Amino acid sequence: MPLRLTPQDRNGTITNILANSADERGGVLELLTERLPFAAPVAPFKLSGTVYGTLLNHKSALAALGEKLRAPPYLKAPNAPVLYLKPRNTLAVTGERVVIPQGVSELAMGACLGLFIGSTATRLSEARALEAVSGYLIVNDISVPHPDYYRPSVRYIARDGFCPVGPVSPRAAIDDPDALRVRTLVDGREVQVASTRDLVRPIRRLLTDVTEFMTLAPGDILAVGTAAPAPMVRSGQSVKIEIDGLQSLFNNFVNAA
Amino acid sequence: MKRARVAFAGAIHEAVPHGNAVANFELQLADGRIVHEDQVVWLPPVEAGTIIALGLNYADHAKELALNSQDEPLVFLKGPGTLLGHRGRTRRPADVEFMHYECELAVIIGRRACNVERSQAMEHVAGYCIANDYAIRDYLENWYRPNARVKNRDGATVLGPWLVDAADIPVPVSLALRTLVNGKVTQQGNTRDLIFDIPYLIEYLSSFMTLAPGDLILTGTPQGVVNVLPGDEVVCEIEGLGRLVNTIAADDEFGLTQVVGGSA
Repeated sequence: MPLRLTPQDRNGTITNILANSADERGGVLELLTERLPFAAPVAPFKLSGTVYGTLLNHKSALAALGEKLRAPPYLKAPNAPVLYLKPRNTLAVTGERVVIPQGVSELAMGACLGLFIGSTATRLSEARALEAVSGYLIVNDISVPHPDYYRPSVRYIARDGFCPVGPVSPRAAIDDPDALRVRTLVDGREVQVASTRDLVRPIRRLLTDVTEFMTLAPGDILAVGTAAPAPMVRSGQSVKIEIDGLQSLFNNFVNAA
Repeated sequence: MKRARVAFAGAIHEAVPHGNAVANFELQLADGRIVHEDQVVWLPPVEAGTIIALGLNYADHAKELALNSQDEPLVFLKGPGTLLGHRGRTRRPADVEFMHYECELAVIIGRRACNVERSQAMEHVAGYCIANDYAIRDYLENWYRPNARVKNRDGATVLGPWLVDAADIPVPVSLALRTLVNGKVTQQGNTRDLIFDIPYLIEYLSSFMTLAPGDLILTGTPQGVVNVLPGDEVVCEIEGLGRLVNTIAADDEFGLTQVVGGSA
């Protein structure tokens, strides 16, 4: 049964809600779905709870590694798409506070386009890949800054509240997903402008290469890759992310109590 | 108590063992029907939330893969599309050299866990099952190891056959586990050799991510992983949890014909 939200919940962080919820049997996704403002009804009308992030899929992210890209332990650029998971505990919505963990002074922002999967996507052809996408949204793929891409700890990536997502807009809201400006503002000041034009694997190709080895399910989100260098944010700051044609994502950052 | 989720005669049912037979046994469905085990389709015994897996959590396996000691568990996450039930069939792509099973004790979370201390950790465990978490080493890359193409493949994480209540396994610290390929023992170990034990893992994970009911922790595998080929029957056994059967299938079963340079 979905939880009822109190006004206090709406102002709290998802972490607080998880910690204070009386519902021991879950209810987390129902709650998130209730909180996730759909800009318009978009199938399957709910989140699966799984968000996949794509590593080094923006040309600026590869370029930022420079010589390290070919040095040990990496030796070469990724061959197939390298994905990581932002599990359900990381989900948050626009307006929620994101908690900066103790011992961490700043967090790396990861503004990117998210593909909202509307139908079961297995072994898609490039020509038909977008048919599996029912909508688009903004994802902030937040992480604790970490220099290691070889085997980084999930504690940098999968913390509660580390994946705020914006309202889902229907696919028709975007003409060309490979030509979108992605803008990050910290306290109202523009700190990063990137474009989906500069993806290593453009959207259709990414969907084809991912679904070659794993199925994307309805309600999954595939975040297509963040640009480098990542803007850093400290406690007390606010972040707004804008993508042409989509509703923006806004979150405040606070230190852990 | 141990429970399975099975598909039978048009619906999904909870089922318990019926009678005492070890082989060729029967199941009793919640609605009272008694069915033979091969009349049903076995599903993963839980509808999983977040799937958390441990790499190199047995000292011998870490050594087998030439890895140094760790100061923190090597955790990676998997999506629910990887799960497969008992007696399922797992695809081995035709172009790979090394695909191996990993027999693991899986812990199912029963109560939300946020900043839980080690001493209280076991109160958050609903039960246990066996996991066989296949890997295809050909696809290993040096980025965010182990990358999803190795470890997050459709139907390559077999789970079951039963969800065994935590109360039935009061001391999960010393369970023998082994894997047999076509009847021959290829992997043996004991959960007493876990580098990071279950209470530690729950304390560690819940310190930064809230665990919710239905979340799974696959605790890692001991040494003895070998290559498996289409047609091989792979059986993973853990003391008190039963035996989990899987068969390796070739591409043609999945509508894939061998095309040089990639799939159609």
